[in-house]
Amino acid sequence: MPFRRVRMWLRDNGAPLIMSLPGFLQLLIFAYIPMFGIIIAFKEYRFDQGILGSKWIGFYNFRYLFSSAVAVRITRNTVTLNFFFILTGLLASLIVALLMNEVQGKLRSRFYQSAMFLPHFISWVIVGYFVFAMLNLEDGLINHLLQSLGRKPIRWYGEAQYWPGILVITNLWKGMGYGSILYLAVMLGINPEFYEAAKIDGANKFQQILHITLPMLVPIIVIQLLLAMGGMFRANFGMIFNATQNRSSLYPTTDVIDTFVYRALLQMGDMGMAAAAGVYQSVVGFVLVILSNWLVRRIDPERSLF
Amino acid sequence: MTALHHARSGRWYVIMGFAGRFLLNLVLLLLSLACLVPFMVIVSASFSTEEAIGKYGYTLIPREFSTTAYQFILNDYTRVARAYGVSILITLAGAALSMLVMSLWAYALSRKQFTLRQPMSFYIFFTMLFSGGLVPSYILITQYLHINNTLWVLILPGMVSGWNVLVLRTFFQDLPEELLDAAKIDGAGEWRIFFQMAIPLSTPGLATIGLFTMLGYWNDWYTALLYLDKPDLYPVQYLLYVIMNSLRWFQEGTQVMSMSIRPPLVPARMSMAVLAIGPIAFAYLFVQKYFIRGIRLGSIKG
Repeated sequence: MPFRRVRMWLRDNGAPLIMSLPGFLQLLIFAYIPMFGIIIAFKEYRFDQGILGSKWIGFYNFRYLFSSAVAVRITRNTVTLNFFFILTGLLASLIVALLMNEVQGKLRSRFYQSAMFLPHFISWVIVGYFVFAMLNLEDGLINHLLQSLGRKPIRWYGEAQYWPGILVITNLWKGMGYGSILYLAVMLGINPEFYEAAKIDGANKFQQILHITLPMLVPIIVIQLLLAMGGMFRANFGMIFNATQNRSSLYPTTDVIDTFVYRALLQMGDMGMAAAAGVYQSVVGFVLVILSNWLVRRIDPERSLF
Repeated sequence: MTALHHARSGRWYVIMGFAGRFLLNLVLLLLSLACLVPFMVIVSASFSTEEAIGKYGYTLIPREFSTTAYQFILNDYTRVARAYGVSILITLAGAALSMLVMSLWAYALSRKQFTLRQPMSFYIFFTMLFSGGLVPSYILITQYLHINNTLWVLILPGMVSGWNVLVLRTFFQDLPEELLDAAKIDGAGEWRIFFQMAIPLSTPGLATIGLFTMLGYWNDWYTALLYLDKPDLYPVQYLLYVIMNSLRWFQEGTQVMSMSIRPPLVPARMSMAVLAIGPIAFAYLFVQKYFIRGIRLGSIKG
């Protein structure tokens, strides 16, 4: 009798099902429906006609996007900025972790940690204030420093060529301490007997780091790099938007896919262009994640996402 | 000979060790200061006069100490107080709601008898791989749900983080199964087990995720940028963004003050920033260790 089977099923699954419902609906509405909304990129969207009512126009929006110079610019900026963020972030986090690992004295290490983690907890808007205090033309800290050295002040917010560097520093400032925790945790897990044995063999600190610590870190470094590669096509909107104050003079080096989509949607009102760029990002991003995860799984199945 | 050699190299090691430790601490101290300097500059600027900043630029210590900026900001305190109210409300209500929804779901997924737990985990996981992007979400929220310009938009769209649900699931999976099963045999339903056993037993983990969720709501300015036009609903972080980008806010403010006083534009901006950083820095002092543990959990366990 099917009715009884339904009741049996509900006895086991009823409560978990109801518990799952709010979260399930939230993702359905705010994650899955927008996924189907990518059809907007293939339509000439009009507010009065809605998503389903608007006219299909095939790949017109994409042809339009990729025939403009902007597609190359935002792709290049997104990928190169991310590349530098990943590389410098990895190096800095590693160095901080190696140094922190050698600190003796609880109080000191607490102080360093507290100071270096603090930037992780503030919003990018506030980071924008910090960058402004450092770089603004008339009374920024850096320009005053330049002037006291007898150099001319620089119009930082007008010169695009400086910004990859400025953003790299900003990114390091905010993420260095946070990024070091993972490596520090792995280092603390290394068996101290390795170091004891190396000391008996006469290895100094430097050699110990070179021949014990770093080799032990290689797997996690590779994994982190691959996972970061999966996110190469996603830019940090908050950082770039706030640090550059969305200034058009800086677009040549700082305009990324996310800032462009935002601008096309809300400032230029070019729905087709915004949607096409968004789909471009989602699809390439998806491929990259799958690819990087496939590589991670080949190296260490435990660390792969799926 | 060898004894002498050893003695020498021993001393050499002591000196090297001392120099090495000194260098190590120096580098870390400089890095720490580099992280703190921007905070000091902002605080200093907020306690300066507009003229001093014009003359000396930003400094680590205010050249001409003044609290005018705070008086100016708080003179028209309703806007600041409102923004604070909104931020506190969405932080508390949002995080509470978010934690309830996420941990309920995570608990359900940790139950072995739940036949849908595999497909549902994949349903969650897929949202971490692929997203529809900004445009469809924007149209959905403004054209179909019409929750823009309401407090709901600050809470609902970011309420469920797939990653957090999966981390919470591992907390519940780690609970001793015999204990939960024993409760079940004693006649407790799933809801009771969840609220009276699973939640209290996983408090440390829940607290960590909860703190990060609160931080996320408190620091959110992006949602307001996209979906709010009503200044009444601005949270602190977005108000801060608006202030950075327009001087109009202050010019409106000056009409309230006597016209003879020149508004301290830069210090006023910076004092707003200090007011926005304040609660985070304060909370950070107390809950730092949970945060650090949380980062470890997130990065290793997940």
